[in-house]
Amino acid sequence: MDLPLIEFDSVSKSFERRPVPFRRVEAQALALNCVSLRVPRGRTLGVIGESGSGKSTLLRILLRLTRPTAGRVLFDGQDVWGLRGRDLLAFRRRLQAIFQDPMSSFNPRQRIGAILSAPLEVHRIGSRAQRTDMIVDGLQRVGLGPEILARHPHQLSGGQRQRVAIARAIILRPAVLLADEPTSALDVSVQAQVLNLFKKTRVGLGLTCIFVSHNLGVIRYVSDEIVVLRRGKVVESGSAEAVFSSPQHDYTQALLAAIPNLPSVQQCAPIG
Amino acid sequence: MSSVHRVRWGRHRLLVVGGVLVAIFVLTAVFAPLVAPYSPYSLNVSVMLRPPSWSHILGTDELGRDELSRVIFAARISMEVGLVAVAVGVTGGTTVGIVSAHFGGIADLGMMRFMDLLFSFPAILLALILMASLGTGILPAMIAIGIVFIPGFARLTRVATMQVLRQQYVDAARTIGMSDGRILLREILPNVIAPVLVEAAVAFSYAVILESALSFLGLGAQPPVPSWGNMINTGRSFLDRAPWLGIVPGVTLFFCVLGFNLLGDGLRDALDPHLRE
Amino acid sequence: MPDHDPPSEALAIDELCVGFASRRRMTTVVDHISLTVGHGEIVGLIGESGSGKTLTALSVLGLLPRGARITSGKIQVDGVSLLDQSERERRASRGSRVALIPQDALRALNPGLRVGVQVGEPIVIHRVNNWRSALAKAVELLGAVHLSHPRQRAGEYPHQFSGGMQQRAMIAMGLALNPPLLVADEPTTALDVTVQAQVLRLLREIRDGHGTAVLFISHDLGVVAELCDRVYVMYAGTIVEQGPVHSLFTQPAHPYTQALLRATPSVQSVVGELAAIPGQIPQPAEWPRGCRFADRCPVAFGRCTSTPSLFEVGAEHSSRCWWSDPWISRL
Repeated sequence: MDLPLIEFDSVSKSFERRPVPFRRVEAQALALNCVSLRVPRGRTLGVIGESGSGKSTLLRILLRLTRPTAGRVLFDGQDVWGLRGRDLLAFRRRLQAIFQDPMSSFNPRQRIGAILSAPLEVHRIGSRAQRTDMIVDGLQRVGLGPEILARHPHQLSGGQRQRVAIARAIILRPAVLLADEPTSALDVSVQAQVLNLFKKTRVGLGLTCIFVSHNLGVIRYVSDEIVVLRRGKVVESGSAEAVFSSPQHDYTQALLAAIPNLPSVQQCAPIG
Repeated sequence: MSSVHRVRWGRHRLLVVGGVLVAIFVLTAVFAPLVAPYSPYSLNVSVMLRPPSWSHILGTDELGRDELSRVIFAARISMEVGLVAVAVGVTGGTTVGIVSAHFGGIADLGMMRFMDLLFSFPAILLALILMASLGTGILPAMIAIGIVFIPGFARLTRVATMQVLRQQYVDAARTIGMSDGRILLREILPNVIAPVLVEAAVAFSYAVILESALSFLGLGAQPPVPSWGNMINTGRSFLDRAPWLGIVPGVTLFFCVLGFNLLGDGLRDALDPHLRE
Repeated sequence: MPDHDPPSEALAIDELCVGFASRRRMTTVVDHISLTVGHGEIVGLIGESGSGKTLTALSVLGLLPRGARITSGKIQVDGVSLLDQSERERRASRGSRVALIPQDALRALNPGLRVGVQVGEPIVIHRVNNWRSALAKAVELLGAVHLSHPRQRAGEYPHQFSGGMQQRAMIAMGLALNPPLLVADEPTTALDVTVQAQVLRLLREIRDGHGTAVLFISHDLGVVAELCDRVYVMYAGTIVEQGPVHSLFTQPAHPYTQALLRATPSVQSVVGELAAIPGQIPQPAEWPRGCRFADRCPVAFGRCTSTPSLFEVGAEHSSRCWWSDPWISRL
């Protein structure tokens, strides 16, 4: 199948800054500037960028949370922003996301059980009993037990919350999983657990993914293809292997050069 | 999860004390005819201006009516006015606030500037102006006070809604496919309502004070209907001869307002999900 | 007759214990930590959340949160013992003997005051009660941290600065009184990687130019490897490994350090699966007996039920693990 599952076609997004309504628009901040990219089915696209690069805006436009100022976004050949009614609902089911801030990703007043069953209720999947089974199964897949269901989000650790976020995202068995800096707020060892879970899930469900991060090591670990964004423009793209081993653009080279060097382990102390 | 429901005396002190006081007043108001020893309207000029005694625990007023009974029935008036006024304020204010925050732009601008206009009037003055067109009496007083509360609730709800709209769980709800209406009910409202409830408790006490003020000025409850306000007004003229006529409704008003304020503070702590176990 | 040399350490922490006092008991969160930072040295303190690294740093500044208390141990900054000081003396030390560079510069800066005023404040408080000279020095400091147009910047407000610029302003503030020791609490965590590189370069310059010692706290191993001379690794309130950067990162001796290195995704190579550490760091109230890492350790064995001491594994490199015990490794 040659048709990419997700395609951005010359997408631009500008945010207007109006100091006082009715006055002339003072400044236009161009978050995205004519961005085009393709994500083939089953592949993971890593989006690298620093703050202000527009990488989060990219995801928000795809998720229909922010309207683009120009350009089209296509999902499976259909214009995402043209969807209505039942088509829109079907789209929602196939495209899910995990967000950055584990603190604000969940309604603090709801228990995890309610949070996980919400997607099922919205799409009217299963009876109540069936839903409970699906939720427990979903938790198990991310390595959590059913005792989590009765807890509130603030009672869980950061790592546990991101696991629940993954569970929520996959409960509808989507085709696409979008991840917006999901491990940036986590410790190294917890990050490793969540990233491994992400990889396992992606393989298990055959997901197509877009993974946004400013951490190049993380991007290298999860991505097949890479896109480098700078101030809203794509400055480099290609396979992960190619971009990381022989970066073409100055900016990419500067980014890679700026990464602190961790000397490789030569010899672990004799053990066992 | 029983720890969530277990009331811990130390932390919920305010809530319990406030709750008890409020409960006393509410129950007294509801069961007034059963609790009051006499009718608040029965005159008996032969026993007028008697100080507290066994037959009239809080004394009698200038027309021989039992003070205790009048204070109890006045509580009823205050509770009614408080309830309706807060209901009007909360409903009107919450609607304005959420709509304003959700739509933004000109609607937000227009509504909030109008709220600012209302807010710029001192409460009692605004109430007086409103009653000039609504007329005097208890019902106009309820509505006027309710309208006085709308800007406060509107501002509160608007800020709370704006904060909630910034949270990622609202984005997550949209991503799942939740309709706007459902998002409003499930995600936004529950997280906005907590500060509103706290404010409502405090507003209740303010409503009681405003009603008393309006009655004091002769605009609220009309005699012979007893209200703490008009009782205090009457008490003014008799301070030398029968001080209890002014003190009794005053002290009762004080405890009622205190109760609602403590309840409001206690609610604020109790409703914060982060403070739960 | 031995010479009484000037204090050879900018910072000497000796058997420090910090605990949180609750109604019923004292929960220890920092358990007998000893570390030193020599003059002109940049020393890294690595740990994840729950390791106690931040509290250790705050102890040095005397800025422990409410409820936390130093229960035993000694802290000496430039030879002066901090724990014997009164609050007033401690306040005099802050800024002049030791300064903090906090994690979130934006929150640490007062949004209502101009940057120049905030940078000059320590000078006015501690040295000269003359705003004009203090502000002049502030401009000088802003230039020293490589902010372009320092005079103009001094007149601006924090929100007009980018994240990197804010962090540099915080560093300028820290340098205002030229303290012998800077405590940097994850100063680059919130910054982009290119900006982070600039800040790290700046810290090195400061060390080279002024001989300022730095205690650099972080959970980012790469940053510590790049910047620091020596490293301490903390886990569950104790130091589990310490040593020179090169030696510790190329020949890690403690299983936790090894596990952290394996769990860090690198840009150079792709592994099929990151070797994640199973389980979670234990909470202070639930610290197990013996080695606290044992239940997550891939090579734990019988001896691990008793607490290991620090064993030398190389030049100035030691590890708190029974496998590093020369008697055991010889078996």
